[in-house]
This record gives sequence, C-alpha cells and structure tokens, in this order.
Amino acid sequence: MIAEIGLAALWLAAALAVLQLAGGLAALRAGENSDLAALTRPAAVLQGGLVAISFAMLLWLFAITDLSVKLVAMNSHTAKPLIFKLSGAWGNHEGSMLLWVTVMALAGALIAGIERRLPEKTMQATLAAQGFVALGFYAFLLLSSNPFERLPEPVIEGLGLNPLLQDIGLALHPPTLYFGYVGLSVAFSFAVGALLTRNVTPDFARAMRPWILGAWVFLTLGITAGSYWAYYELGWGGYWFWDPVENASLMPWLAATALLHSASVLASRDALRVWTIMLGVVAFSMSMLGTFLVRSGILTSVHAFAVDPERGSFILILLGLYIGGALLLFALRAGTISEGERFSIASREGALVVNNVMLSAILAVVLLGTLYPLLTEAFDVRVSVGPPYFNPVSAVFVFPMLAVMAVGPLLRWRRDSWSRISREMALTGALLLVALVIFGVVSQVALLPLLGLSFAIALGVASFLPLRGRNLRRVPIAVWGMVMAHFGVAVALLGMASESAFSTERLAALAEGERTSVGPWAVELQAVEPIAGPNWTAMAARMAVSYDDGEPIEIAPQSRNFWAPAQQTTESVLVTRWNGQLYAVVGSSSNDGRWQVRLWWKPLVTLIWYGGLLVALGGILALIGRVRTDLKRRAAVRKGAARRLEMEKVS
Amino acid sequence: MKAKHQRLVLVLLALVALVGAALLAVYALRNQASYFYLPEQMQADPPAVGQAVRLGGMVAPGSLETLSDGITVTFTVTGREASAIPVRYAGILPDLFVEGSGVVAEGRLAADGTFEADNLLAKHDENYVPRELQEMSEHQAAEMAEETTVGLE
Repeated sequence: MIAEIGLAALWLAAALAVLQLAGGLAALRAGENSDLAALTRPAAVLQGGLVAISFAMLLWLFAITDLSVKLVAMNSHTAKPLIFKLSGAWGNHEGSMLLWVTVMALAGALIAGIERRLPEKTMQATLAAQGFVALGFYAFLLLSSNPFERLPEPVIEGLGLNPLLQDIGLALHPPTLYFGYVGLSVAFSFAVGALLTRNVTPDFARAMRPWILGAWVFLTLGITAGSYWAYYELGWGGYWFWDPVENASLMPWLAATALLHSASVLASRDALRVWTIMLGVVAFSMSMLGTFLVRSGILTSVHAFAVDPERGSFILILLGLYIGGALLLFALRAGTISEGERFSIASREGALVVNNVMLSAILAVVLLGTLYPLLTEAFDVRVSVGPPYFNPVSAVFVFPMLAVMAVGPLLRWRRDSWSRISREMALTGALLLVALVIFGVVSQVALLPLLGLSFAIALGVASFLPLRGRNLRRVPIAVWGMVMAHFGVAVALLGMASESAFSTERLAALAEGERTSVGPWAVELQAVEPIAGPNWTAMAARMAVSYDDGEPIEIAPQSRNFWAPAQQTTESVLVTRWNGQLYAVVGSSSNDGRWQVRLWWKPLVTLIWYGGLLVALGGILALIGRVRTDLKRRAAVRKGAARRLEMEKVS
Repeated sequence: MKAKHQRLVLVLLALVALVGAALLAVYALRNQASYFYLPEQMQADPPAVGQAVRLGGMVAPGSLETLSDGITVTFTVTGREASAIPVRYAGILPDLFVEGSGVVAEGRLAADGTFEADNLLAKHDENYVPRELQEMSEHQAAEMAEETTVGLE
C-alpha cells in the first residue's frame, strides 16, 4: 500500500508539472492574468507537496525493509543499521533520481510561494521552465526507472548495500550534490524566464542570486566531503584523482562560481546581462552533463549504479532537449537584450570579467580533459587523462585568476585607478616574492607547489585587505562572506600545495614487534589480530605511533571483509595533529609472517578541507546577508503600503 | 568607448581566452594522455621508456612473487597471444588482486623491458570493473575459441 501511495503521488505531481507548463505558456500568450496562468503558482506548490509525500513513502519502505519492493530487495538488508537503511533509499539509481525531482519540486514550490520581486509574467515563465525540466525527470522515473516497482514474489533477504557506501559521509554526500545541481536548475529556469519575457534586470539577478549562492554552498560542501571521503575510505592517500566523476561535480561548481560573480555585477551595476544569462544556461548544462556522465554507465565507477544503455540515452535526450532548447532560445533572443552599463578595465567589474573568463577557461580545460577519452574511444583508441594533463594546464589559468582575486575586491565599481590601491598591491606582491624566494631557493620546492604555497600566502593576507580602514561592526554580512570565501580558497590552496611539496611516504613489511619511521613519526607494529563487526570480519594491525619521541598513540588500521555483498575494503586510520596528518594502511601478509604497512606523513593536509568549509561558510554568510536585505526591503514595502492606506483613509 | 564597442571588446576577450584554453588543452591532451596497451601491443610497438601509459591484461597464474623486502611484487601480464610483460610494483596490492584475473597497471616501461607500475586497478567488486577490463571476458572467449579451433582448419 505504501509503495502504491508513493507511485500515485508521483503521477499526480507529473500531471501538475504539465499544468505548470501550460500556465506559463498561457501567461506568455494571453498575459499574466488569464485563468490558466493564475494556476501556475498553486500548481508548483502542490507539486512540491506531492513529491515530498512520494519520497517520504520511499524512505518508509526502506525503514521497514519491505522486501516485496524490488528496489528495497536489491539494495537493502535487514541486518543494516537504520541510518544506512534510510541512506540506501538514495544509494541507488531510482532512489537518487526520485531525490533529484523531490529537491527540484520543493525548490519550485519555494519560489512559487515566496518570490515576489519579479514581474508576474516573468515568474510564470520561470515556473513553466521549471515545470518543463521537472517533467522530463518525471517521465524518466515513471517510464524507465520506477522506484516503487513490486516483485512478483517477496524475497526472504535483501542483497545489501555496497559496503563502500555504508558510511555516514556517503549517506550525506549525494543529497548535498543534488541540492547543488537542483539549485542551478532554478537559476536556469530564472534565466529562461527572463529571456522569454525579455526582462533581464538587476531585480532578476537579485532573485536568482540566493539560489546560485545556495547551490554553490551545497556543491562546495559536496565536493569537499567527497574529496575527504575518497581520501580516507579508498586508502590511496590522495584527495583528488581527476576522476571523471569528480570532474562531473567540479564543472558545475566552476560554472556556478562564475555565475555567482557575474550575477553580482548584474545586481549591483546592471552590466553583463547577456553573459549572466549564458552562464545560467551553462551552469545547469554542466549539472545535466554531470548527471549524464555519472548515471549513464558511460563511465564505470562506484557512482555508476547500473549500466543500462536505455537510461543513458534517456538522460542524453533530456540533456539535448533542455540545453539545445535553451541555447536556441538564447541565440534568438540574446540580440534583443540591450547593452548594460559601461565600465573601465580598472574597476570591480573589470576584475570580475577577468575572473569569469579565467573560470570559463578552466571549465573548458576540465571539460575537454573529461570528454577526450570518450571521444577517442569512438575511434577505438583508449586513453586516460590524469594529473599530468589537468594540473599544469589548469594552473595556467588558476594563478592569473588568483592574482585578480587578490586585487579585484579592493577596486571600486565602475571606474577606479591603480594608483589608489598601489600600497595594497605592493604589499601583496612583496609577500608573493618573499614566499617564492623562501620556498623556491631555500626549500627547493617544485614549480606548481611552489606557486601554490606563495599565492596561498599572498592571497590569504590580501583577502582581508577589503576590510582595511572600515568599522568592522558596520561591514555588511555579505562582505564578510566574500572575505571568508576568498580566505578559504587561500587556505585550501595552502593545504594542497603543502601536501604535494612536503609529504613523506613509507612502505614497509613489518613483523610483529618491528619498528619503522615516517617523517617525524616512529611507528611500531605491535600485533595483528582478527576482529568481527556486525556484517564484516577484519584483520586489525595494532600499532603504536609517536610524534617526535612523544607519548605513543595506539592505532589499528584494518583490512576488512564484508559478507553481504562479499567484498574487501581497506580501513585506514588517520592521526590528526594541528600541523598535519599521519595516514596508516595495512595490507596483506607475506609468506614469512610480515605485514605490509603503508604510512604517510602529510603536513597541513587538513587545511584542504578546512579551506573548503570556509569557502562554504563564506557562501552561507553571503546568503544570510542577501536574504536579510530582502526581508528588510519587504518589511519596508509593507510598511510603506500600510502608511499609504492610512493616508488615504485620513484624507 | 561606446557601450556597443565595450560589448564587442568583452566578447572578443572571452573568445580569445576560451579558444586559447581549448588549443592549449588539445595540445596538452595529445602529449599527456596516457594510452592503454594490451600486452601484445606493448610487445609489438612499445611506448617510449618513461612515458606514462597503462597496461591491461591477465595476471599469469604462478607468476606472482614477493621480493625479499616484503613489499615489492613481480608478476607477468599476459594477453591474447603468447605475449607476456613482466611487471614490478611496490605497494599494497588492491583488494581483489589475484592470479588469473584481470588487472590494469598504471606506470611506465623501464629500460630493461619491465613495466614499473605506480598503481594497480583490479576488479573492485562485480559492479565496479575498470573500464578496460570490461571486455576481458570477450577476450577470454576469443582465447577459448582459438584453442578449441586448433587443427580444425
């Protein structure tokens, strides 16, 4: 019964998406006050509620492990802890697509419910675009990947969830990225709505901005968490592999970062109109492309749940339909959007344009590197593209962008002179130079990490310069957000550069009682013992590690065997100090009774993820600042209206 | 500068940067992409010594040996024809690495003809197989067909 309620709610929601689309079209033809157009907002709100019910039903099915439902039987197991039963609901293809439309419909409901800044016609067109995008995903779910399908005979026990995915980080990682992708779909709908009604105004940018910021915060958190997960769960000691699936989340982030900055130009200065619309389309294209790459089975990875050509072509058709349609609309309408305000090169806008161009170039580099193996495979040549391509080529654009990042926030809008900020530029330049000399000449660091360390230090200081000479209590929250996010980039960069410049590694075969060392750490293998967990057994290597002859700490990395489904995983152990992390992995035993142990000492590596968190925190602060300004404005408008009413009464 | 001119300049700037990025990317891809070799291809047309490439094939049964340091292993990767490439790898073997199953080794060819692997990709579980290994079963089928048709012509 639960499954049937979920399915019925999903069908009803799909019908409402059609109504929403029809309402928006009616608004474009007959004006915003026609009967059908007036239904657009209510349809969006109701649709959000129905999909939420549908998703709640799926969660319920997983919570009670209803083994008569195919999806539950294929992906769950009665012996799993409850949290992983629930996360199993989206740890598979069907459930994750349902999560996608759920978030999307809730976002649609939210803008339908509260967004009042834009002209009603533009809003209805925006909601129609949102309905159109959602409709494609409803069709995908209902026609080719129904999550509520029943089995003819209930099974006795489920197949379980891939043990690699049985992890709290993984329970949260996909929803986080989906919130990001879907936030960009809202930005896309706004862009299409604005194009359809030829209404590209600062108000449009202000309405779109919280959604870009929100999406961007979630993408940042998702990428940061995914990177940390890969770091400690895979046991390879790396935090970023330029894996196509990682790139699939990085590309929307790059586009969203560019969009965020160009939308702020449009909101504050009414410039970069066409460019902002274009980026809105590109950002969502990258989300769709990411979904396509990950979900179609074109790439094989832990992220690809099912290799099913039908589903791949379905997503490809959706991709072509939305992106092709949006680009066509863009080509037809872009010429009719009038030019925005002018500005000089030495201005905030000028710096943001450079930032946007650099981000787009990095996006192009990552996109080409990700698609290249797929292209050559069509000609039967198999290649893989990895760090030797991505690192140097993206660095060509990253470092100029970082330089502009240090200077841009100091400039004024519209027109400024370099001489006004010459002191700040000299300070940043001097810091950069000193760092280059210290790390390059004295420590002999290789080129890319050297640039990384030096730029990180210079940018870290420069990111606080916009606050100079200001009363800190009166600095708007959004400015704090910018400072925080820029500082976070510097912190993450310092972590990455330090990891690649100063890491040390030790690979050894140790008998029980033997010692080794890595960097400042002394390590003793004390014993290797078998242990058992709820659904696994493991060999745990008990080690005593001490930093710089200090107090020894006991750690026990494991090599784990799961039995449902049967699989082996490496459970690494991390010892975190303020100045870095010790990373320990145990392998198999050799015939003479020695155990393979792999150890890394990675100075400052944790800064990578703290930096990511700071960037996200900056986004959250900016979001709070923007929303507060909007609420204040609304209150002022209400007060003004009330006063006017009173005046009329009096007179 | 008129607004129209400014827009033109911006568009040109963006185009130049994007085309530049694309050209640079294509140039770098031609040099930096690491090519995939089967053992027979590596034997017939070996890559330059030191160039990063990938080698994929079956781990020959009985060839896996651990050297006396306890961490360096050597084994032979074989392909469809009677081709065998010796591989050396220092590190912890992937979880499901066994003799007689498929493997993709990332690394480079050393001057003595041994393949020095930095990284081994083996089958993770039945859902996660390195892309190059997906066709391994076809590979095996071809091998079987070849064996069973010997003498029939």
